[in-house]
Amino acid sequence: MEPRTTADVGGMGHSLKRKEDPRFIRGRGTYVDDVQLPGMLYLDIVRSTHAHAKIVKIDSAKALAVPGVLAVITGADLAKYNLHWMPTLMSDTQMVLPVEKVMYQAQEVAAVLATSRYAAADGAAVVEVEYDPLPVVVDPRKALEPGAPVLRTDKKDKKDNHIWHWEWGEKAATDRAFTEAAVTVKENIYLPRIHVASIETCGCIAHFDKIDGKLTVWMTTQAPHAIRTVFALVAGHVGLTEHKIRIISPDIGGGFGGKVPVYPGYVIAVAASVLTGKPVKWIEDRMENLQADSFARDYHITAELAANKDGKLTALRIKTLADHGYTDAAANPSKFPAGLFHVCTGSYDLKAAHVEVDGVYTNKPPGGIAYRCSFRVTEAVHTIERMVDLMAHQLDIDPAEFRMKNFVKPEQFPYKSALGWEYDSGNYAGALQKAMDTISYAELRKEQAARRARGELMGIGISSFTEIVGAGPSKHFDILGLKMFDSCEIRVHPTGKAIARFGTKSQGQGHETTYAQILAEELGIPARDIQVEEGDTDTAPYGLGTYASRSTPVAGAAAAVAARKVRDKARKIAAHLLEVAEDDLVWEPGKFSVKGAPSQSKTIQDCAFAAYTNHPQGMEAGLEAVSYYDPPNLTYPFGSYICVVDVDAGTGEVKVRRFVAIDDCGNIINPMIVQGQVHGGLTMGLAPALFEEISYDEHGNVQGGSFIDYLVPTAVETPKWETGHTITPSPHHPLGAKGVGESATVGAPAAIANAVVDALWHLGVRHVDIPITPAKVWKLLREHGVRG
Amino acid sequence: MQVQLTINGEKHEADVEPRLLLVHLIRDVLRLTGTHIGCDTTHCGACTVLLEGRAVKSCTLFAVQASGKQLMTVEGLEQDGKLHPLQEGFMAEHGLQCGYCTPGMLMTSVAFLEKHPKPSEDDIRRAISGNLCRCTGYVNIVKAVQHAAAALQGGA
Repeated sequence: MEPRTTADVGGMGHSLKRKEDPRFIRGRGTYVDDVQLPGMLYLDIVRSTHAHAKIVKIDSAKALAVPGVLAVITGADLAKYNLHWMPTLMSDTQMVLPVEKVMYQAQEVAAVLATSRYAAADGAAVVEVEYDPLPVVVDPRKALEPGAPVLRTDKKDKKDNHIWHWEWGEKAATDRAFTEAAVTVKENIYLPRIHVASIETCGCIAHFDKIDGKLTVWMTTQAPHAIRTVFALVAGHVGLTEHKIRIISPDIGGGFGGKVPVYPGYVIAVAASVLTGKPVKWIEDRMENLQADSFARDYHITAELAANKDGKLTALRIKTLADHGYTDAAANPSKFPAGLFHVCTGSYDLKAAHVEVDGVYTNKPPGGIAYRCSFRVTEAVHTIERMVDLMAHQLDIDPAEFRMKNFVKPEQFPYKSALGWEYDSGNYAGALQKAMDTISYAELRKEQAARRARGELMGIGISSFTEIVGAGPSKHFDILGLKMFDSCEIRVHPTGKAIARFGTKSQGQGHETTYAQILAEELGIPARDIQVEEGDTDTAPYGLGTYASRSTPVAGAAAAVAARKVRDKARKIAAHLLEVAEDDLVWEPGKFSVKGAPSQSKTIQDCAFAAYTNHPQGMEAGLEAVSYYDPPNLTYPFGSYICVVDVDAGTGEVKVRRFVAIDDCGNIINPMIVQGQVHGGLTMGLAPALFEEISYDEHGNVQGGSFIDYLVPTAVETPKWETGHTITPSPHHPLGAKGVGESATVGAPAAIANAVVDALWHLGVRHVDIPITPAKVWKLLREHGVRG
Repeated sequence: MQVQLTINGEKHEADVEPRLLLVHLIRDVLRLTGTHIGCDTTHCGACTVLLEGRAVKSCTLFAVQASGKQLMTVEGLEQDGKLHPLQEGFMAEHGLQCGYCTPGMLMTSVAFLEKHPKPSEDDIRRAISGNLCRCTGYVNIVKAVQHAAAALQGGA
């Protein structure tokens, strides 16, 4: 698509260099831990060594003797204010600090307040906690067995570890389709616990000013406004009211979903600041981050797929156990306890589907948040893409051909899926064909056959994903009752420059640049003349924040709508200045001119100046607008990825030789930034496919709790991504855009897993769970008679 | 203990605990907050600075070990209002997103390019493998280093 604006204006389609970068490349960003206030105190947290134990005693004497330590805060202290428990976003409850027992290893047990970082850590090291161990439940299947220890003894009448049952779709029709099917395949697929591991961990500085009663919190949060409201609702009884709470989300060093929840550390820091009247800083270290902050996934999935004798897919049936740890602290829209998992029919035209998910408590940290993905969409995509591949192999049809045969066709859009979603637009065959052409698919299959004849293990994997992002329409989407709109407020100054504020919060996505480009597109004011601000609840309009690829679909749409309101007023002013009727004016980016007399024109800057100096009688002065955008539908980005792997028969190591990613996120605002988002997303798809997992031993000891054994890929393991795109605009988004930040993370793992199974299929391998580690592959190879 | 060191050409003195980590001296005492902390185990490289021209992870040195030495942090890269070619390269090639790993990436790359002015892509990937980035997928960081290498070769 050719840009409509000049490079100087820098609207949509220009690869504008980022406005954020000049400060970041000089080390002049301001992240939470960079904020240092006079008289600031430091908080360090004592964490449980047990996965499940009664707390017999907490002895603070030695800690209080450490120079600089001011206080040791325990659950009993918070209980005096009824702040020892807090609600989760899913209306469950979570301990801030425990009074009776701990529920997972690394759970917060007590907090030490001191005058320096080191003194706080010294104090935390010598708080003596006496535990009485209780039976530990780590496996969600065992958690549901009769006689399993009931974990949530705090809940009156709770007799088991089952949290909720959720199902969606037509069960009878689906069961019937399976009975009638010519071919069915079934597989158990486990998507393990992983962690977003943003390079900046979580933390905050809470500053309660006792004189004016105002609490300011600098905080690593992706959703500052929602956090403010949650704080007001939870702590109103101790005097914190919403107009006296200011949340500032400064520069954020990566979020990916991990900075959506409220962690106990934040709450303890706020409580400590309110009690002392001093600023209190809490910054977690990496091990705390990996061991206690919200995990992602942990879905035990059993999936079945049915097809008729012609290889046409007919039905999908899924049952899932969702391991939520000791509380449901996921961050899903309230109506959807399993998120948007029911987008699991994916890119395929299935007539029937039924999904069941059961949430289970175990002795693990809470979470169930996303890992750079819209709510549970990776779980959905991985399942359908693995199953479709399994069916194709079972029927001995090429997986690309099989997908082409079963895709939703372009003419079927808007497409109503068997599970009730209305897909806005798509051209799935177009994206797959482009990926096949880019990678020379037919040649690769020939090469694979030749290599296989030589005993080499080469695999080709495809993933043709459909995402569902941009939550969401207020009819169905809310978090704790807060509708999931988002906002933009724009003010054009007299000299034609502008400031725009948003309810979202960038964590690296480049909002300062892309939002300015949207406004430049709509108003013709150069992007460089538009300052974009987010993250300060005292100044920004209310919004639900940045996660689930919702910034462009929701706040980006708000920007377009607000800009169009500004333009409508500017048109009235231009008509007044040119002494013509509004209808006689023609708009091109940045300028109104008179129809048939193009030399008579007024620029948007002229209109801005007149809005303050020469506005029409009866019109209010000023040139500004606000939009709270309620999207009419979600957006459905999609793409096709093809991955080539070589498996070392001797070591079991999987090497990604090539990876072609064709994405379609609708109309593109900044091609450079979109490509960067895809590069990053692919790497966060590679990571759980091959390396990352946080597992637990039978005692609930965390494995993978530091960067020593939680393997975030480096530049060496990461392939040189090959990217491209097709463009299928969203019909309902004002700009035709869809969102792109997470597509690659959602789509990539299945392409890699499918490639590995493809490499090993002839040996009899039908499935391998991610992460596909050398040890796992080595064992599979030996089980299937390969000696290397 | 008393430490004296030169950071970005400026002399500093401080009275520190012997156990104070160099990164905490740089960030909390001297308030040069461009150097970041991302892990506890010397894996992420967000804290990388130059010590006598060598890239080191400042979370794994004590401040006292740097006493009497020359350090450079990200704040020292820009000279007389002119950005270092690596800073230019990272902006030009979209080699950063959230910016958190960027200072460490830059400092590692500065030391690397000084020793290896004409690196291959594999050389660059190996050189930055002690620095984790969660946002970019490394493709554009590699391009940024190549961009800077070309500029430095061109006598920029």
